[in-house]
Amino acid sequence: MSDILVLAETENNYLHSTAGELIAAGRKLADELGNQVCAVITDDVDESSFKNLIHLGADKVYVISHAELSKGNIDAFVSYLEQICIQINPNVILTSRTYMGRNIGARIAYRLESGVAQDCIDVEIDKNSSRVIATRPVYGGNAVARFTFNQDDPQVIILRVKSFDSNEIDTTRNGSIEKLNISIDNDAIKLKLIETVKEESEGIRLEDAPVIVAGGRGLGGPEPFKQLEELANIFDGAVGASRAVCDAGWMDHAFQIGLTGKQVAPDVYITVGISGASQHMAGCLGSRNIIAINNDADANIFKDASYGVVGDWEKVLPSFTEAVRDLLKS
Amino acid sequence: MSFNIVVCVKQVVDPDTPSAAFNINQDKLSVIPADGIPPVVNGYCENAVEAALKIKDSIPDTTVTVVSIGTNFIMDVIKKPLSMGADKMILVDDPNLESLDPFSTTKILSSVISKISDYDLIICGQHASDWDNAHVPMGISETLNIPCLNSAREIDIKPNEITIKSSIPDGYITLKSSLPALVTVSNEIGEPRYPTLKGIMQASRKTPEKLSFENIDIKISDLSPKMTLVDLALPVSNSKCEILEGEDDADSGKLLALKLRESKII
Ligand SMILES: Cc1cc2nc3c(=O)[nH]c(=O)nc-3n(C[C@H](O)[C@H](O)[C@H](O)COP(=O)(O)OP(=O)(O)OC[C@H]3O[C@@H](n4cnc5c(N)ncnc54)[C@H](O)[C@@H]3O)c2cc1C
Repeated sequence: MSDILVLAETENNYLHSTAGELIAAGRKLADELGNQVCAVITDDVDESSFKNLIHLGADKVYVISHAELSKGNIDAFVSYLEQICIQINPNVILTSRTYMGRNIGARIAYRLESGVAQDCIDVEIDKNSSRVIATRPVYGGNAVARFTFNQDDPQVIILRVKSFDSNEIDTTRNGSIEKLNISIDNDAIKLKLIETVKEESEGIRLEDAPVIVAGGRGLGGPEPFKQLEELANIFDGAVGASRAVCDAGWMDHAFQIGLTGKQVAPDVYITVGISGASQHMAGCLGSRNIIAINNDADANIFKDASYGVVGDWEKVLPSFTEAVRDLLKS
Repeated sequence: MSFNIVVCVKQVVDPDTPSAAFNINQDKLSVIPADGIPPVVNGYCENAVEAALKIKDSIPDTTVTVVSIGTNFIMDVIKKPLSMGADKMILVDDPNLESLDPFSTTKILSSVISKISDYDLIICGQHASDWDNAHVPMGISETLNIPCLNSAREIDIKPNEITIKSSIPDGYITLKSSLPALVTVSNEIGEPRYPTLKGIMQASRKTPEKLSFENIDIKISDLSPKMTLVDLALPVSNSKCEILEGEDDADSGKLLALKLRESKII
């Protein structure tokens, strides 16, 4: 029986938050197909991570190890996955749309000459054919497409970050943990990873912030972002930006939210001077509440926001910030 | 040393088309181009052309060949890389390309590129704004069995060697490989340069070389699509926005805060 293979990424010795999302999506498919979810993980993590994968819903854990995997060398991951596929013949591979996952997912599909669906927000099994149907936004989110995979396996699915919720941890779940002995052709590792440099930003990470205040081109320049920061600080939140802002150099690209920036899903996402282009919304539609301040009543952002003000941010924002400060004090 | 760069570009529906003007043909499962909004060269592909021209600026004997496959090319649009300063252009124009999946696109592009003489570097945009597949470049690197360096924000070429910097969520990584290689670029590589008057004049005298499937030994029957599009729809938004309106903008801001508190959002 072919299984479902999930590539669990790691971060600072522990599971990356996307691992649980992938397993949840994998479970959905496995429960319909009656097969197993197998998670692949590198060995450079705390031992508890292996069990955690099982508690999150995996049936088997395959542990792989190689110095280049630990460095995050994509070539090494593709070669390992290739060898694993030869051994266990999975019918589905799931990776996350992270820097690593989106590149590894695409490469492994082409190496094995099978299909890949990028940036999926949902997956299901076609009752007649038992093939996967992948739902993915296209045209920057202006349309939604559903694709089926033709005959070739593995069907590679690259899942949009935060499109699935991890399952609750279930410590009663059992599963096997197996160290895989695999040798790969070292010539297939063509990339050399020279260095990984952390560009520390102060304060909370965008992906973890409970409240994000995001600014757009409507702010007119870099200075107003100080005011957004002031508002964000009241909530211990973070500041984000649209691509127009980053391309103009008002904020660093690390602050960009959207299809080609970061994907966030805070409790509250407050936009100021952002039009709400579908490519921007692709990065924040998972937010629980979207709030908009924009002077154009017809702006797209009001289609996705739950509360908003149509007005000039220069007048709206200071009084909003002040009122928020007062309200949260009392 | 002479240095040969191939840049892959794609003509796409203008991504700035307002969503209100965005429509779908349900029978053909395709997007109907909005009236009066011409297509454009995909943004990241323009970044790729810019990256190639930056290399050409620093390595004198560089040839930049632009390749595009598709159909219904509009010359004024697709020739933009030539006006920016690229040397040559090859177009594979075939009506079958409208409905081919990205795996077939990859096969055809790889086939064209392997026919073009000795390339040292292939540069692609990291993402096309129409189908958002973002995997054709990886497919080309796998098909041609060359190194694949992703989402460069800086490229440095040394004899027989490429080094790039690429943004990751909390910083960047530096990657290196031998040449020939394929590199994809992000918008961080730099704004595409504006065509100069001289560039536009030169481009107007250049005719893209047109290739058919026969010229590159491709038969439709050889292509085995991996995916089938079964449904295409406009997204549904189920959110209803409550607009807070006070006496003036400042008052509206205050009302918004009160409302969010009352609804226990903050
Ligand atoms: C392939 C691709 C990927 C992309 N990826 C991303 C991405 O990841 N993230 C992203 O953000 N974009 C992305 N984009 C770009 C996206 O399409 C939009 O161009 C961009 O999001 C627009 O940014 P904006 O809303 O800040 O600017 P604009 O669209 O210019 O909107 C500015 C808004 O400010 C309002 N405004 C002006 N003055 C005031 C004022 N005084 N007070 C209040 N409001 C005011 C205006 O009414 C307007 O609605 C991508 C595009 C493509 C093609």
